[in-house]
Amino acid sequence: MQAIINILQAGVASGTVLLFATVGELFAERSGVLNLGVEGMMLIGAMSGYSVALATGNPWLGVLVAMLAAGLLSQIHAFIAITLQADQVVSGLALTFLGAGISLVLGEGLSKAGTVSLLPSASIPLLSQIPFLGPIFFKEQSYLVYIGYLFVPMAWYYINRTRPGMHLRAVGEYPAAADALGINVYRLRYLYVFIGGVLAGLAGATISLAVSPGWFSEMTTGGQGWIAVGLVIFAQWDPFRAAVGSYAFGALRRLILDIQGPTMLLGMRNPFYYNPYWGFFLQMLPYAFTIIVLVIGSREAVRKRLGAPAALGNPYIRGERGL
Amino acid sequence: MDTLERKTTNPSVAEGATLFVEMNGIVKRFPGVLANDHVDFVLRHGEIHALLGENGAGKSTLMNVLAGLYRPESGTILVKGKVVNFSSPRDAIKAGIGMIHQHFMLVPSQTVTENILLGLDKPRFRLQLNEYDHIVADLSERFGLKVEPRAKVWQLSVGEQQRVEILKMLYRGTDILIMDEPTAVLAPQEIEDLFKTLRAMVAEGKSIIFISHKLHEVMAIADRVTVLRKGKVTAAGLDARKTTLQELARQMVGREVIFHLDKKLNTPGEIVLEVEDVCAENDKGLQALNGLSLDVRAGEIVGLAGVAGNGQRELAQVITGLRRCTDGCVILNGEVICNRSALVGIQRGVSHIPEDRTGVGTAPDLSVTDNVIMKQYRRPPIAQHGMLNMQVATKFANELKESYDIIVPNVETPVRLLSGGNLQRVILAREISGQPSLMVAVQPTRGLDVGAIEGVHRLLLSQRESGAAILLISEELEELLSLSDRVYVIYEGRIMGEVKIGAGGSSPEMIDTVGLMMTGTPLEQIRKGEAERNV
Repeated sequence: MQAIINILQAGVASGTVLLFATVGELFAERSGVLNLGVEGMMLIGAMSGYSVALATGNPWLGVLVAMLAAGLLSQIHAFIAITLQADQVVSGLALTFLGAGISLVLGEGLSKAGTVSLLPSASIPLLSQIPFLGPIFFKEQSYLVYIGYLFVPMAWYYINRTRPGMHLRAVGEYPAAADALGINVYRLRYLYVFIGGVLAGLAGATISLAVSPGWFSEMTTGGQGWIAVGLVIFAQWDPFRAAVGSYAFGALRRLILDIQGPTMLLGMRNPFYYNPYWGFFLQMLPYAFTIIVLVIGSREAVRKRLGAPAALGNPYIRGERGL
Repeated sequence: MDTLERKTTNPSVAEGATLFVEMNGIVKRFPGVLANDHVDFVLRHGEIHALLGENGAGKSTLMNVLAGLYRPESGTILVKGKVVNFSSPRDAIKAGIGMIHQHFMLVPSQTVTENILLGLDKPRFRLQLNEYDHIVADLSERFGLKVEPRAKVWQLSVGEQQRVEILKMLYRGTDILIMDEPTAVLAPQEIEDLFKTLRAMVAEGKSIIFISHKLHEVMAIADRVTVLRKGKVTAAGLDARKTTLQELARQMVGREVIFHLDKKLNTPGEIVLEVEDVCAENDKGLQALNGLSLDVRAGEIVGLAGVAGNGQRELAQVITGLRRCTDGCVILNGEVICNRSALVGIQRGVSHIPEDRTGVGTAPDLSVTDNVIMKQYRRPPIAQHGMLNMQVATKFANELKESYDIIVPNVETPVRLLSGGNLQRVILAREISGQPSLMVAVQPTRGLDVGAIEGVHRLLLSQRESGAAILLISEELEELLSLSDRVYVIYEGRIMGEVKIGAGGSSPEMIDTVGLMMTGTPLEQIRKGEAERNV
């Protein structure tokens, strides 16, 4: 029982990384811009956050810089996709390579640079006493995990129940209609791509300063940016579903790591311990899932049925009919 | 200077009437086209003013100038006596001018209320939808625009969506409403409702500009009429009560139009196409066809009437092999052709004139030659030992260019440079040259001018005489009733009934019956109602 609680507790922390990245991408896609550069932006965030925390001793300053750095990087994609109206898939892929490249060069030597003060954790009184759920969600979790809990309903409320959220949806669904009523489509799309970048940067800093601290070059994120892109489709562009998916995948990641530890499993020899190939197979699963979701989700008809923003991936050109 | 008392040179302005809008000497040029050539237009307070003209006459351009979408090269605009200079639709709305476009500017996934509030400063942050739902409901009641504020726009019929557009403008305090071909998408009963609303708005002191090319409607609703032809005003502010259909038609097209087609009597032959209990889904995975059956015989034109979006598109796709049917079957000359491929259909003699001319009907960047050989290139003489013989292809294209009057410098021109009418002639040339046994024509005259429409009609009738079976899917009731031998009416993927059109052409009762079926009343019910009334 305690083992299960431990795995789920670590899973929630690990899922918080996916949560920020997924909801960030969800904002960008809701405005009609597909940004496949999440992985690159997360790496920039993880690297810059870690190095600022190392230099200043203040992890919160690290988080702030991580968010700004990734937000800045996202604006390259915004310029190419929104102003130059180029193909968003190509530009997003390029952004991943660019982000990875920059962070590997600037992060050279960072992995053995010494220890860094991490983001604080805390237990919530009373709530952490709830049997089973208490220790999973409210015991010894990083502050960022709690911020994640508050963030999801706020994101949902913002998108569905506020005026700026309504404008966000309109711009992603039918930009011509929004434009005709005086909404600045380009400005809003820049803004939400920026917010997506900021949240990807936060996700990166969550890894390097809280969940699995340190800088391990591209292994720091280990493809979680791609899982986030897949989760947005899985979540059907809804923050609550995104949260469910993120925590489930966080828990799965922990389970895959932890299941390879013990020599005995359920009274039998643990195949994941004795045979490394079984472990590799397990590690592959989240990525296999992501590939399947992305392939299925790339079909126009399926996307429509899932409720994708109608103008997702289409640059807006004023005066052209339709989307 | 007080502009209201200013003497005007425009003869159509009666003394004493308040002027809402005065446009003087508007010139608007597009690359290669003079869309508005020194156009004057005057709108009075509390009138419905029709702007009549063929496609491409410059009606929409003139109104886009007034609505702030386009900036004119020269000319002045006065609104309620003040000179205005709009740089965006937002400025125009602030001055009280709102335009409803042919393509609705609504966000399908949002509710009616959300669409109405879009782009406004209030509510500031929280949407407070409950409160605003009430305000919208009150407004819709006041003008007889029945619509559920909480409904999502994609759930609404086209007529309801139009009401949302009108509400959007009323909510913004618009008192000059421009409507671009508002009846094109409506069923006859919905048109009557729209006219009632427009009259209610005029009674509240608003003015309406009604862009149309349909003479009957203009006569039914307008107080005054301004006619445009080729960018110039040919009649300014005619009193609708003192003019005639023939007079307006003459101003519009510059010659007398033939309203009756020369349709020869024809005895239909064998059944060519049989559609039996076909079911199919649309792109969203929703049921679009619910057990639909119909048949078409050789040498007859069978019309399919219905309001847009009731399954016409899906039916055409199932017949031409572009969409799977989930149940039922399609039989062509005794052979099942559904759920096979488009190629099977083409080889068995199905020709298709699609609704979407540039996406489905042609490859816009390819030449006229490439486009006309698309259904022939597999066979000799164009295919020779697996290669294309471009000499034969070019000769073939030139022959079609001559016989179908395709106006183009040479056949190497990419078809995207062709006008709508010419593009449709390219498609018709390709489809007819294959000597089809079945022709599926979807909206073959949409967006074409009167001359081009006549050409298309003649080609369809000559195909009928040469024994082809023709399924004509159109939203133009007039066109369907004058061309077809029989008309089916489709509603929500089902056939509501069938009307036979005899030698005498269509009658007003026929139009009423078709209109009722288009809005969902099955034929048996209409007959029953009539029988009861007669008893």
